[in-house]
Amino acid sequence: MSQSLATVAYLGAAILFILSLGGLSNPETSRRGNLFGMVGMALAVLATVFGPRVAPAGIAWIVGALVIGGGIGLYAAKVVKMTQMPELVALMHSLVGLAACLVGFASYVDTSIQLQGAEKVIHEVEIYVGILIGAVTFSGSLIAFGKLNGKIGGKPLLLPARHWLNLVALLVVIWFGREFLNAHDVQSGMLPLMVMTAIALLFGVHMVMAIGGADMPVVVSMLNSYSGWAAAATGFMLSNDLLIVTGALVGSSGAILSYIMCNAMNRNFISVIAGGFGSGGGAPAAKAGDAAAPQGEVVPVSSAETAEMLREAKSVIIVPGYGMAVAQAQHTVYEITQTLREKGVQVRFAIHPVAGRMPGHMNVLLAEAKVPYDIVMEMDEINEDFPDADVAMVIGANDIVNPSALEDPASPIAGMPVLEVWKAKTSIVMKRSMASGYAGVDNPLFYKENNRMLFGDAKKMLDEVLGALKG
Amino acid sequence: MQTSPSPLVQRIGVPKETFPGEKRVATVPDVVEKLIKLGFKVAVEAGAGDAAHFSDDSYRAAGAEVLPDAAQLWAASDIVLKVRPPSSEEVALMREGGVLIGFVWPAQNPALMEQLQAKKATVLAIDCLPRTLSRAQKMDALTSTAGVSGYRAVIEAANAFGRYFNGQITAAGKVPPAKVFIAGAGVAGLAAIGTAANLGAIVRANDTRAEVADQVKSLGGEFVKVDYEEDGSGGGGYAKVMSEGFQAAQRQMYAEQAKDADIIITTALIPGKPAPKLITAEMVQSMRPGSVIVDMAAEQGGNCELTVPGEAVVRHGVTIIGYTDLASRLAKQSSTLYATNLLRLTEELCKAKDGVAVVNMEDDAIRGLTVVKDGALTWPAPPLKAAPAPAPKPAAAAPAAEKKSSHGPGEPMSAKTLTIVFAVLAVLFWAVGAYAPVAFLGHFTVFVLACFIGYMVVWNVTPALHTPLMSVTNAISSIIAIGALVQIAPPEAGTNGRPDGLILWLAFAALVLTAVNMFGGFAVTRRMLAMFRK
Repeated sequence: MSQSLATVAYLGAAILFILSLGGLSNPETSRRGNLFGMVGMALAVLATVFGPRVAPAGIAWIVGALVIGGGIGLYAAKVVKMTQMPELVALMHSLVGLAACLVGFASYVDTSIQLQGAEKVIHEVEIYVGILIGAVTFSGSLIAFGKLNGKIGGKPLLLPARHWLNLVALLVVIWFGREFLNAHDVQSGMLPLMVMTAIALLFGVHMVMAIGGADMPVVVSMLNSYSGWAAAATGFMLSNDLLIVTGALVGSSGAILSYIMCNAMNRNFISVIAGGFGSGGGAPAAKAGDAAAPQGEVVPVSSAETAEMLREAKSVIIVPGYGMAVAQAQHTVYEITQTLREKGVQVRFAIHPVAGRMPGHMNVLLAEAKVPYDIVMEMDEINEDFPDADVAMVIGANDIVNPSALEDPASPIAGMPVLEVWKAKTSIVMKRSMASGYAGVDNPLFYKENNRMLFGDAKKMLDEVLGALKG
Repeated sequence: MQTSPSPLVQRIGVPKETFPGEKRVATVPDVVEKLIKLGFKVAVEAGAGDAAHFSDDSYRAAGAEVLPDAAQLWAASDIVLKVRPPSSEEVALMREGGVLIGFVWPAQNPALMEQLQAKKATVLAIDCLPRTLSRAQKMDALTSTAGVSGYRAVIEAANAFGRYFNGQITAAGKVPPAKVFIAGAGVAGLAAIGTAANLGAIVRANDTRAEVADQVKSLGGEFVKVDYEEDGSGGGGYAKVMSEGFQAAQRQMYAEQAKDADIIITTALIPGKPAPKLITAEMVQSMRPGSVIVDMAAEQGGNCELTVPGEAVVRHGVTIIGYTDLASRLAKQSSTLYATNLLRLTEELCKAKDGVAVVNMEDDAIRGLTVVKDGALTWPAPPLKAAPAPAPKPAAAAPAAEKKSSHGPGEPMSAKTLTIVFAVLAVLFWAVGAYAPVAFLGHFTVFVLACFIGYMVVWNVTPALHTPLMSVTNAISSIIAIGALVQIAPPEAGTNGRPDGLILWLAFAALVLTAVNMFGGFAVTRRMLAMFRK
């Protein structure tokens, strides 16, 4: 296959990738979108393998690598539980980051590429930046993976003077960048490159460690974005437009997702991208919480009473949160939904953009449990309907239904859009205890007089509710 | 009561209604069960539910004791639930310091109020509920009773009316639909509009409060305006007395409607005043023989001059129905609704669910209901601060607009930010243009345009699919495999001292990693998307 043919194939692949992302605009076309993505990827790989840049000797290696990697990937995709999706996605981001690093190093040691002057400088800058982004993505994603599956505690690790640390790291990276560009041969350039890689790895660890568990949706989408930029940087390094286009698509997609997540939590986008999260928010937050300690009584209910309220309701809105994912309660939720719908109760779901640990996490869980997607609503679609609902049932969510975000300007989550469940005639909150959510803010919702608390493990309680509904 | 220190479980008693012709009962077996769940004991007088078709056995089955006569029941009960205001004989039976819940109408029954005070009673008058509290709606017996009455009024009219309500074209000829005019679109009026419209009649309605026009339309009625500018919203969702000019215009409109309508249902009431006389004797005369007037305000003197309260009479060939017991004529339904209202009230009184009612005067709703507290007159309650008629709500519209930004690119940037962004970009572009070689610029162009395409495309992705979006972009980012592929065995291998072995292994490892991503990412996306279904 000639160079021109390969380039045209790349163009086709790029178009297919764009269509693939476009297809995700609604669930009907999304399956086709995914198919476009697969076809595009196959086209790109085949065009490369049979193109002018790969000698026949390499084909055996390529097939071997694809078989090993593909086997692992397919196996993982098959066994992963839907509640573990955030972990899987984070882990996959780390693979992209690591691959970008490896390709960068391989490109650097490749002496067959002979460039002079500005072109050489640009090429080396590209390598340097590509490895930098790749390394940050790799270590950051690994830490995110650890945090998401609980191997690393969810609490943010805040080193003293961490912003200064980051700044120093940046200066060191720039200084070694100069050293790297001034190096005459591969051997002398290797040291600065290695030092920079080590710093980048540490920076990735530090950045994600400093972020709390509730902010994971932002982190995951941010790393998604980084993995795209890593691919784009590799594209520059290898002068490959397809890599650049695809990397840019993925990068901007991740950036937009992070932006949406930030908006949903009323956070500043810039401070997230810089990895400097929740700085200075901690201490005054605790104070404000004390001052505005909610007044009133908490009214606990039993699962039988919950079932009765649900049965007597005409309209029920269910608000799922991370607690539902942890308890694996989505199937029971679906059965309750089904039972209520058979009794003529209108049941809908309200999804907050940052519910769960990843954008759209709740939607996937509900879809897995076969909840039809047309009764699953976004926050903006359903917030106005709460006053008409008889019962709003909150399953394992806290901060996203906290009225102080709207009512208490001193609250650390003030201004964050929340689901207004307290406007329903009755709200029922399922929780294990009265502990506050990730934001560390007490929730006045629990003390409202139309609120009831159902304490216990979400799965167990919902099973009891289901039993009472059917009985 | 919180005055009695003993934590003894209280008994709720439900006597048989003594008012002549009253068929309702203050609680029904279903509600008895729930009252018992709240911790109370429940006693019912024998035969209390007979007229509403609830047998003594069904009460027993629900867990209530059935006591043989009123004297025993009143003596045994800490709390008595009633429908109608109690007669003086009933109050005489009442326990000293007992609690009474039911319709009392304190303004109309001063003698009763004095008697209750003498008994050191605590009285919660369901008719005194502050109806503007949204929390109080579940206890609003006036609304539920009015709804039943409105329905029944249409049924009574249909019964007295000699024709179909709906228009038909049959082999036996064409039947025109009945024309129903409803004066007053309160709860009763709206229920009547809905019922009459469902029967197929042409329904018109009028109310001095202009804001109900939409409600009338939503039930299938047509709102008839009075040709005069004045809004009649008084306090608490009721109407007020209108000006002279308005009344003249209104009379004119009623006269026209009377000539045209087959059935008139009047529901106009002004709190604490006799019902306004809307339909004059001449208007009745102008109606076609066989027409029907149902005067739902008969108890307060009637909206029609010729109404005889409590009876159906024929005047000038028009049947004028002045029944004052419309709700009682649908006893089973109105008893069930009323019992549920009282249950909600009891729940508010007994939040601890320990069978002891506590009258918390700090609670706005309870404060309004309580007309006598331990023998002391507490009526009328101080007015609530809440606005009676909700003004058009600009407040609700504003946050909705603000929230827009969380979906879609949002509002355009301000001119200032836009200028800054463009300035920064211009500097960057100039720097790139000044120093970078041509080959780089080609890639740079592609990169920037691709970023824009990504931006445009991704905003269209529905939030429900954000997780699949992440996994598919993740799969696509394994395009980095191309980078590894071209390094494995390029044509230049072996030249220029290229460390082929090292590069091969690096590239091979990179390829394995990306292959995991590529296959795994697409497969898991496919698995997820297959789950999304309608």
